[in-house]
Amino acid sequence: MDSTLLWTAFFVIATFGLYIGIAIWARAGSTDEFYVAGHDVPPVFNGMATAADWMSAASFLSMAGIIAFSGYDGSVYLMGWTGGYVLLALLLAPYLRKFGKFTVPDFVGDRYYSQAARIVAVICALFISFTYIAGQMRGVGIAFSNFLHVPIEIGVVVGAIIVLFYAVLGGMKGITYTQVAQYCVLIFAFMVPAIFLSLQITGTPIPQLGFIGNAQDGTPLLLNLDRTLVELGFQPYTEGLKSKIDVFAIALALMVGTAGLPHVIIRFFTVPKASDARKSAGWALVFIAVLYTTAPAVAVFARSNFIDTVNESTYSQAAANGEISASELPEGSTPGWFYNWEDTGLLGFTDLNGDGRIQYRADPDTNEVTTLDRDIFVLANPEIGGLPAWVIGLVVAGGLAAALSTAAGLLMVISSAVSHDLCKKVLMPDMSETRELLIARSAAVGAVLIAILAGIYPPGFVAAVVAFAFGLAAASFFPAIFLGIFWKRMNKEGAIAGMTTGLLITGVYIIHFKIGFSSIVLGVLALILAIASAILFLGTRTGQTSTPPLLYAAGALALAGLLGVLGLLPAIAMGTPDQWILGISPEGFGTVGMLVSFAVSVGVSLATQAPPQDVQDLVEEIRIPSIRAHPVKDP
Amino acid sequence: MDSMDNHTPHRTEDHDVGEDVTRAYWRENLSLMGILLVIWFAVSFGAGILARDWLDQFSIGGAPLGFWFAQQGAIFVFVALIFVYSFRMHQIEKKYGMSDDND
Repeated sequence: MDSTLLWTAFFVIATFGLYIGIAIWARAGSTDEFYVAGHDVPPVFNGMATAADWMSAASFLSMAGIIAFSGYDGSVYLMGWTGGYVLLALLLAPYLRKFGKFTVPDFVGDRYYSQAARIVAVICALFISFTYIAGQMRGVGIAFSNFLHVPIEIGVVVGAIIVLFYAVLGGMKGITYTQVAQYCVLIFAFMVPAIFLSLQITGTPIPQLGFIGNAQDGTPLLLNLDRTLVELGFQPYTEGLKSKIDVFAIALALMVGTAGLPHVIIRFFTVPKASDARKSAGWALVFIAVLYTTAPAVAVFARSNFIDTVNESTYSQAAANGEISASELPEGSTPGWFYNWEDTGLLGFTDLNGDGRIQYRADPDTNEVTTLDRDIFVLANPEIGGLPAWVIGLVVAGGLAAALSTAAGLLMVISSAVSHDLCKKVLMPDMSETRELLIARSAAVGAVLIAILAGIYPPGFVAAVVAFAFGLAAASFFPAIFLGIFWKRMNKEGAIAGMTTGLLITGVYIIHFKIGFSSIVLGVLALILAIASAILFLGTRTGQTSTPPLLYAAGALALAGLLGVLGLLPAIAMGTPDQWILGISPEGFGTVGMLVSFAVSVGVSLATQAPPQDVQDLVEEIRIPSIRAHPVKDP
Repeated sequence: MDSMDNHTPHRTEDHDVGEDVTRAYWRENLSLMGILLVIWFAVSFGAGILARDWLDQFSIGGAPLGFWFAQQGAIFVFVALIFVYSFRMHQIEKKYGMSDDND
């Protein structure tokens, strides 16, 4: 593995150097450049940057593996994480770009003429982004520890410093151009092994054709795999275990969530015009689709190949100990890459029946592949395809590029939410631009420090990242933004009520079934709500209000939070899958949250006063790309 | 398209359009959107989820058709939908003199 280590170090250092170089070249001087890259990123570049922003370490390393294990059920991620771009391009991006501000809370605050709505949006954006970024930093740390043999902590810190460097220096401008570079690195690193694997297994260099093609013996690959899996006791590959309603709900929640995720939306503020936002969404999806249509092919190749070469193969202890080279092994022996990956702990073999061969089965009593990490299917591809050591180094650099680019995008949301939405728009409206930039940069530093901690000591909720981030975005931002554009009658009461109910029911459902309401969870939630109430109080206070109920609420919540963290609150047992409402899993519950949020928004809006005329004019205006157009009465 | 372009002012920042024009423009936008969203739903939730068992009796290459839609086909259609929308909107905006595009 020594040349692999060298090549890995080479690629990691070279790509990191590239990102730093770009950051120095693309420094940001104004808030305009810092938040939205001066609104002048060409649509194709923005598409590439969006694709890198969007595809995280999980897309790059884990998705093919997840699909390989879950077969048809994996489709929810494929459709869910691409279909949202259609919603984004048709329903949100051009209008938000026309609106022309910096952030999502900007839109919510202005459209709903309300500081309270703005603050609710800031809190949603911060919560979603922190959940998501913790997972990315963890991914960076794991990549470092597996491939460069440094402790996870050091990996997390190194990754964080790199991101910090270009995010703080370059803001959105620096991030955009590093993301373009990161996209190139990650897509190259993903495609090279995939193409070779496809050639080897199906004889065609295009993985998407290999997916529907025949194996070398002339029989359809997928049907072969179905048959083999059934023989070994698994579910057929093209059938799923999830219920139809759950598949539907998860796919919809992921799509709508994608369209509502703030770090994706803000990318569309960086292009020059509304029409560019549409084009840019198209390009983003093209660049994403390259990976997303290859991943299911890689999944089929990898799973088929794993069974063909590993199952019933003769395990060589000598090769595992490094005494003989794997190339000298006789026909029918376990392939060389298996021993290499055993060393990393991502693969494990226990010879249960003592016959010296590996049996891969569904039944845990007879299955001898005791550890099979889902990431192995992407990581081991270069070796399975017989590619040289440098390709492995490239794949590691690609995984890091995917994690860092996503982390940087999230960092941007956190930094702008704090400096722009919270400080500038709520707490200190008369702050100067220089001051705001300083706060933006400090907020980025603060967010990175928290992300480092979260990466080193991953909190329990990181495992629920997908459910949280997408469920909450689907149930809060999407309805508020969509109705804000398409329904002039939508008012602030409706928006606040809709966002909060969407958030609450989705959040409660996810916590109940994914984490469980223990005392400490309740405590942390109460503390978050306490901070939120305090900010709401500070942001909405008007001169000499006598009774500040929000302040009392904040105090009571803080007390409850303290009790909870000390473990003094009663815990509620975690829910089990058979208690799922309508059989919908927490990942899919964002769909229900979204429907409720829509219903509440519309109901409350109709029961309260219509929004003021200038807000209705604003809606008219953002609907038309180029024109300051409202009806003739305003010459 | 190019010939129309010559007659429409490029920068329309300071010209106002009548209410009926904006309304017609908006209606055309909404119906285009509606058609594309129906297709969006049909290829993913329709072909890939609700009707997949039925579609699986057909196959594309070596893959059952419903399964293929869920893992590949829907994504290809999504890409096409966005570009069709972008292209058609460009034409509609030109038609109503509302384009923000200089080329």
